[in-house]
Parts: sequence; structure tokens; C-alpha cells
Amino acid sequence: MTWVLDNLGLITDLTVEHLRQSALPIVLGFLVSIPVGWAAFRYTAVRGPVLALVGLLYTIPSLGLFGLLAAALGISFLSETNLVVALTIYAVAIMTRSVADALDSVDRTVRDAATAMGYSPWRRFWTVELPLAGPVLLAGLRVTAVSTIALATVGILIGVENLGYLFTNGSQRRIVAEVLAGVVAVVLVAVVIDLLLVWVGRLVMPWLPRHSRRRAAARAARQAVAA
Amino acid sequence: MSLFADAFAWIFSADRLTGSQPLPFTVGQHLYFTFVSVLVAAVIAIPVGWLIGHTGRGREVAVVLSGAARAVPSLGLVVLLVLLVGVVHKTAAAVVAFVLLAIPSILAGAYAGVRAVDRAVVDAARAVGMTPWQVFWTVEAPLGLPLLIGGLRSATLQVVATVTIGAYVGLGGLGFYILQGVPLRRFDQILGGSIVVVAVALVLDGVFALLQRVVVPHGVTAGRAALQDDSASRRRSTAGSAA
Repeated sequence: MTWVLDNLGLITDLTVEHLRQSALPIVLGFLVSIPVGWAAFRYTAVRGPVLALVGLLYTIPSLGLFGLLAAALGISFLSETNLVVALTIYAVAIMTRSVADALDSVDRTVRDAATAMGYSPWRRFWTVELPLAGPVLLAGLRVTAVSTIALATVGILIGVENLGYLFTNGSQRRIVAEVLAGVVAVVLVAVVIDLLLVWVGRLVMPWLPRHSRRRAAARAARQAVAA
Repeated sequence: MSLFADAFAWIFSADRLTGSQPLPFTVGQHLYFTFVSVLVAAVIAIPVGWLIGHTGRGREVAVVLSGAARAVPSLGLVVLLVLLVGVVHKTAAAVVAFVLLAIPSILAGAYAGVRAVDRAVVDAARAVGMTPWQVFWTVEAPLGLPLLIGGLRSATLQVVATVTIGAYVGLGGLGFYILQGVPLRRFDQILGGSIVVVAVALVLDGVFALLQRVVVPHGVTAGRAALQDDSASRRRSTAGSAA
């Protein structure tokens, strides 16, 4: 505890850095996976290959991915760009599947009703399907955010400083408190962002009645179990 | 792409068979750490997961555990355990960290597999006079096998990734080449090590994909259907895990 109090400034700075580095992959992952996940949902022929590809991407160990990306994109191995691109790839890998599942979760009869009322596919997607897919999308986004935040710490192995710095520095200086503080800080950041997403979800989906929210929470929990 | 050419030259160089860290030895070491950790985790997590799935009690524990596990940074956990246990026993400490990281996926797979079995099937088994033990061993466990293997698959890939990171605490494994290559400024070695570790992960993933097809008893469609089920939870468990 003394170590934490003595180094509050350092921890705060690293936390801010950590959030900055994680935010872009989470947002990018979300934005990229909406069209990709939609294509996987809409076209049966696309679904298999796309879901297999994102599955494979997710199996790649992070340290190995850094090496491949640096060579393939011609960027420096030891760079923040490398970390952010790698985290974005993992975010897309998690989120694409969620988007496809979320769109699947929309009742077919509701979709048909919208079509029957004369909605164009474009308008139907934005005003009917996407909002109704919201709870499952949110569950996926929460998984993505938490994983990204935890995974970002690996960045310190390619010289990118964030909360992972406390692990390597603590290891070199043999300060258990420093490493422990790092683990706790990462978990806390993940929990805070997770709660923030839940809150934002309530804000943008105010029509969800309580019980439906609980259903969404149960679904998120189920997803959490199997993920 | 001369970078890749250099990396393959590094991988297939005769030097990889000699020295203090020959490549085949390191691959074996990496696989060894992975298998031991997943095995220990499986011995702990499968019975507990089955128990939770069979009785339906303690579900919250499984949910909270797998949710929380995702927030734990694997590098931090490895370093923390190595520091706590002492550098002398760093291999044991690191393996404990790998086991801890592997447990949630396996637990979830075992639990979700049993839970995914149609309740009507369980009721039918009971109705024809099976004992609870028989219901479990001949109905619930085989039908839940696809999801259990999915959990083992996620756990294995997570551990493969974490063992790579474990090179930071001097554990060896394939991450050693990547991390050693940084101060040496040997990009062929960094990329070569990366290619090998990615290949190992993909091969293991393929083995599990095969296993998922082979091990499932013939005629078991419920588990397969669950795999292809629309719910994210079920299919997600077949996806790998990065660390």
C-alpha cells in the first residue's frame, strides 16, 4: 500500500496512457466489425469463411502477432502503432462474431414486419435491426473492451509504456507491491470501463424495460461463461 | 518480402539445431509447458464444471470467475507469481499462473456442455430408470463433450500465448527468440520466432478442431447443434484465446 501511495503519480500517468492506447482499438474494432459482422449475418456464403478467419486471428499469440505485423506492414516492431494494430485485430476478431450473433438474435417476424411496412433494407437495418440487436452487441462490446484492456499490458514487451510497465519494472526491481498494484490497476480499469459501457447502454437504449435488461445481462453472463 | 525470406532462413538454418536453445528443443519445451498446464487445469476444472452443470448449483461462481478472468493481465499474473514464489522455483510458479489462466475456459466448457443438454433428454433418461450417476456418465457427459473440448481448445491457445510471454521471466519457450532478438536487433530472429509460435498455435487449434469431430460419439447431434446454435455463448467457446 505504501508503494502505491508513494507512486500514485506514476500509476495515474500510466493509467491515462493505458486508456489512450486501449480506446482506439476498442472503437475501431466496434466500427469495423459492424459491416463485417453484418455481411457474415446476411450472406450464408460469407459467414463460414469470415467466422473461421476471425477465429484463426484470435488464436494467434500476441507476441507472435507483433512480429508478423511489423514485417507485413513495414512498421517498427517496438512501436505503439504495432500494439494498437494488434489490439484492433483482436477486437475485430471478438466483435465480428458478436455482431453476427446480435443480428441473429433479432426476431425474424419483426424484420419481416418492417419489410412489409415498406422499410428499405438500409432504413430497416438502422431503425429496426441494429437497435433490437443492441443488448447482444453491448455484451460483445463489453467482452471486447475488457479483453483489450488486459491484453494491452503486453505492449511493454515491445517497449510501449502503459500499466504493463509496472510488471516489468516491478520484476526487475523485485517489488511485489508494484506488480500487484499493476494487476489490480488493470482489473480496476477494466471494471470501470465495463460499468461505463453498461451505463452508456442504458442511456442509448432507454426503451429496454427492466426485465429485458436483466435478460440481456443474463445473456451477457452466458456469453461470459463460454468465452 | 526479404524480411520473411530472412526469417525463414533463420528458422531453417543449421544453427537452429545447435547452441544452448536449439529450435526443436524450444518447441518441445513450449508444448511441454502448455500440455502440463492444461492437463493440471483440466483435472481441477472438469469435475468442478461438471458438478456445477449437473447440479445447477454454483452457476454464479462460474459466471463471475470467467468474467473476472478476462480482466486479469496474463503477463502481470506470471510475473507476480514468479516474484512471490521466488526465482528459484520460477518454472513451477509460471506453471501455476498458466494453470490459473486455463481453468476458467475449461470450467466454462465443462459447465456449459452439461447445461446445453436438452432437459427433456435428461428427464427421459431418468424416466427409463437411470440412476443419477448413469444419467451423468451416459447422457450428460457425452452430449456435453463438444463444448468441453471447445473449452480445452480456448484454454490451450490461451496458455500457448501466455507461455510465449513467459519467456520474459526466463522460462524459455518460443518467446525467448522474440524477446532475445530485441536487444540483439535481429529482426530475422524476432520474425522467425513469431512465425514458429503462430504455426504452433494454428497447428494446435487444428488438432482440437479435428478432435472435436472425432471424439464426439456417433449420433450425438445435440452437442453439434449447440455448437452451431445461434447463441454467442456457445460458439464463442470454440474460439481461441489471445494473451
